[in-house]
Amino acid sequence: MKKDSAFSRWFYGERDTLLDRVEMKPQTGHAPRAGEIRELMEERRLIREHIYDVEDNQKLKLFHRLYQVAAVVFCATLMLIMLVAVSWLPENGNPDNPVNNEVSARYIENGLQETGAVNIVTGMILDYRAFDTFGESNVLFISTVTVLILLHNKKKKETGAEDVAGGRANTAEKSRKSAGPAEKSGSIYEENLILQKIAGILVPIIVIFGVYVILNGHLSPGGGFSGGAIIGAGLILYQNAFGFEKTERFFTEKTYKWICFFALTFYCLAKSYSFFTGANHLESGIPLGKPGAILSSGLILPLNICVGLVVACTMYTFFAMFRKGDF
Amino acid sequence: MNILTYILLGFLVICAISVTFSKKLLNSVLIFMSYSLVMSIIWMMLESPDLAITEAAVGAGVTSVLFFVTLRKIHAMGEEDVDDEER
Repeated sequence: MKKDSAFSRWFYGERDTLLDRVEMKPQTGHAPRAGEIRELMEERRLIREHIYDVEDNQKLKLFHRLYQVAAVVFCATLMLIMLVAVSWLPENGNPDNPVNNEVSARYIENGLQETGAVNIVTGMILDYRAFDTFGESNVLFISTVTVLILLHNKKKKETGAEDVAGGRANTAEKSRKSAGPAEKSGSIYEENLILQKIAGILVPIIVIFGVYVILNGHLSPGGGFSGGAIIGAGLILYQNAFGFEKTERFFTEKTYKWICFFALTFYCLAKSYSFFTGANHLESGIPLGKPGAILSSGLILPLNICVGLVVACTMYTFFAMFRKGDF
Repeated sequence: MNILTYILLGFLVICAISVTFSKKLLNSVLIFMSYSLVMSIIWMMLESPDLAITEAAVGAGVTSVLFFVTLRKIHAMGEEDVDDEER
């Protein structure tokens, strides 16, 4: 074999034949062909029929028939129950209805005495109608869980861990090179001095205003939900100005889990207790305090704090999820 | 007072129609934001400050931010993102 041939030079590692010849292309995402999805679905249907043996399996046939009948019967029963319940309700728009006279009159006249809340809206939401509010917060919690399931991706976390393992010094450079500056550090406007200065002034004011709205929920307009939304907006502004590294020092996935768990459990237990005592005409033993003071109106203040914490954390978590997939 | 209410209500209707008819998604989000802001003023005039605070914080603030982030994710924000891709 000749010493200077192309093969021997490649063999001894002096020359890379692929260099400067092959055009390196970044990988593109998988784009399915036009009929591919239909074929896959057809294939899946065939496999399913083969496994369950739909034509010959009498048991399965019977079950399917029963299932259809049961579904129709269940829906019809539910509709019947609801229609009967509606037929018991007083006629809509009748001026003599108790809703138009007794309920609102009772709320307006006795609301301050019975709930101790100067802000009558909060008194209604968190005392008279607390069961409705509890259902609402459950709906919100379920939707949050759904968003977390849909948007949570583990992949990014793994690459982040590799970066940390590869050495702290290279992390910044690597992140700038690989995925684009915004996706890695999380901040759209990286090192924007104007935004950082203004956020430094504004964020404390926003957060303090949110805390004020939550704590004065039973005295002035506002309450847990609005105050929590304000605090969440402040946190989002802080994150946009300073990036995820700063917020992760005090807010991680673990914090979110524990805050949500404790707040919702406390809400559930406290309201269950007051429902139990109220339904059995027992003394609840919770002092109502003097109307107008911060520490008054019984359970409303702690419940407001719980709702505010959950809403603030949820708002920020939604943002973090949309932004980079985890937090 | 009355005239102002009518002006705001008219603005509301115009906003609601132009959200659906605007071609750019970013413009739709901005118009939706201003819709929420006007709505919060109207809540204030209807003497329900609770709703006004919530509408301003959620409708004009957090929801629009989430919309912006989503638009960025699906690369519908305009030229800024094209620069990001090329880098």
